Amino acid sequence: MIAQIAEYMAYPFVRYAVIVGVLIALCSSLLGVTLVLKRFSFIGDGLSHVAFGAMAVSTVLNLTDDMLLVLPITVICAVLLLWTGQNTRIRGDAAIAMISVGALAIGYLLMNIFSTSTNLSGDVCSTLFGSTSMLTLRLSEVWLCIILSIIVVAAFIFFYHKIFAVTFDENFARAVGTRVNTYNLIIAVIIAVIIVLAMNLVGSLLVSALIIFPALSAMRLYRSFLSVTICSAILSVICTLAGMLLSILYGTPVGATIVAVDILAFLIFTAIGKAAGRE
Amino acid sequence: MAELICKDLALGYENQVLVQGLNFEVNKGNYLCIVGENGTGKSTLMRTLLHLQKPMSGTVELGDGLTATEIGYLPQQTLVQRDFPASVREVVLSGCQARMGRRPFYSREEKKLAADNMARMGVSDLAGRCYRELSGGQQQRVLLARALCATERMLLLDEPVAGLDPKVTSEMYRLISKLNEEGISIIMISHDIAAAVHYASHILHIGTEIFFGTTEAYRKSPIGRRYLYDEEEKA
Ligand SMILES: Nc1ncnc2c1ncn2[C@@H]1O[C@H](COP(=O)(O)OP(=O)(O)OP(=O)(O)O)[C@@H](O)[C@H]1O
Ligand SMILES: [Mg+2]
Repeated sequence: MIAQIAEYMAYPFVRYAVIVGVLIALCSSLLGVTLVLKRFSFIGDGLSHVAFGAMAVSTVLNLTDDMLLVLPITVICAVLLLWTGQNTRIRGDAAIAMISVGALAIGYLLMNIFSTSTNLSGDVCSTLFGSTSMLTLRLSEVWLCIILSIIVVAAFIFFYHKIFAVTFDENFARAVGTRVNTYNLIIAVIIAVIIVLAMNLVGSLLVSALIIFPALSAMRLYRSFLSVTICSAILSVICTLAGMLLSILYGTPVGATIVAVDILAFLIFTAIGKAAGRE
Repeated sequence: MAELICKDLALGYENQVLVQGLNFEVNKGNYLCIVGENGTGKSTLMRTLLHLQKPMSGTVELGDGLTATEIGYLPQQTLVQRDFPASVREVVLSGCQARMGRRPFYSREEKKLAADNMARMGVSDLAGRCYRELSGGQQQRVLLARALCATERMLLLDEPVAGLDPKVTSEMYRLISKLNEEGISIIMISHDIAAAVHYASHILHIGTEIFFGTTEAYRKSPIGRRYLYDEEEKA
């Protein structure tokens, strides 16, 4: 098996896929806790659907670099969702549901009407659940991913304490003069970037799983924000690597395999947490 | 000059007025208790003092060199979700966020300040524990330590003893008095009228009638007598 893996690693496109996979796994785990504990989990879900719609549009337009369209649209929607969520009385939930389901429907419709592809359902399926496209990454896409990852990680480290303060107790943060709205905006934009990045790996429907599962697992065992963050980052990278290797070895779909490994890790962590709690 | 002056304040939501004509001031070292029945707008007043919401009319002025970010706050309920992974040290340290400003990390002095305030509130040995797993009284003391990291001048406490047992309650009152004696002005919302008149220097009573004055004056006023008498009746 090791020999087989080594053989695969000799191909540059496999190496690209592994590099990109690790970076995406790292980024997506960072804001997991915030996403789980704030109402942002809805935003995360909604945004992934928006990203699907944008992806559909770029497929229809036959753009060579769909990131250039998908990224700005998703970031703008993140800002809009947050803004409507704060300014309307019916919270953001209804708005998010509308935008996300709307984006799904319009995206699918556009693809159906305009697509020249012979394999439409295959296209749709791969945008929703991730595809083998991980193995067809061009060098430019790898670089874009590396740059975005560096930005995400740097932003997270730079704003780490503010993110904690705003997630833990928004009212207190506001009372002592922290600019909560600005930081919420920063969090939403980072989440949007992460979602667009992660879509390449696991597809838009499974993005939330990639973001949330490592954090949930880490929360079974650890009790401080820092340790949970570190643990979920490591766990996410390990699970993604394992998932990618399994999918290469057994020819299973990448996204679904990674999420399955994440779920397995979650079950293991839950069991350990229970056992430790009983002592 | 007073540290905090409210002039002709009216509070409410949308177009519904809760209270109006609030006039009071807090001087350095004062201990003001805000009393009144449920839903009269006490928490709303506190949120207004913190600029978390706008008054319907009137003004809140800060004086004596006090700035808005120098006020420590203990909310009525901290809506921390179940399972939030946060250690006591992390929670207390987050009280320094205003001092930190735009710096990305806490400085050594800020970490020391957090440690000192944990010691002051007697929660040093809990530093590594998960906040969610503490008892109510321990949680309140942790939040008080956090508030102290934000201020050396004024603390706003919204029902700090709600849900605490009598022993822990009196410990909490003693802690607060001690802070007051160290020169920190206290504004506290309380339903415990007996403790309020025992510890506070001033009383603000909010309701259909409004009273503001020293505790002595409150005891002698018709509204104060009625309220205190009612309480004794119940006891
Ligand atoms: N965000 C809000 N929007 C509209 N009305 C509100 C809002 N928050 C509070 N209220 C209403 O304002 C009134 C006063 O609320 P507030 O929390 O200030 O009362 P309180 O005096 O602190 O009561 P308690 O003693 O129970 O804490 C209540 O009738 C409440 O329903
Ligand atoms: Mg209240």
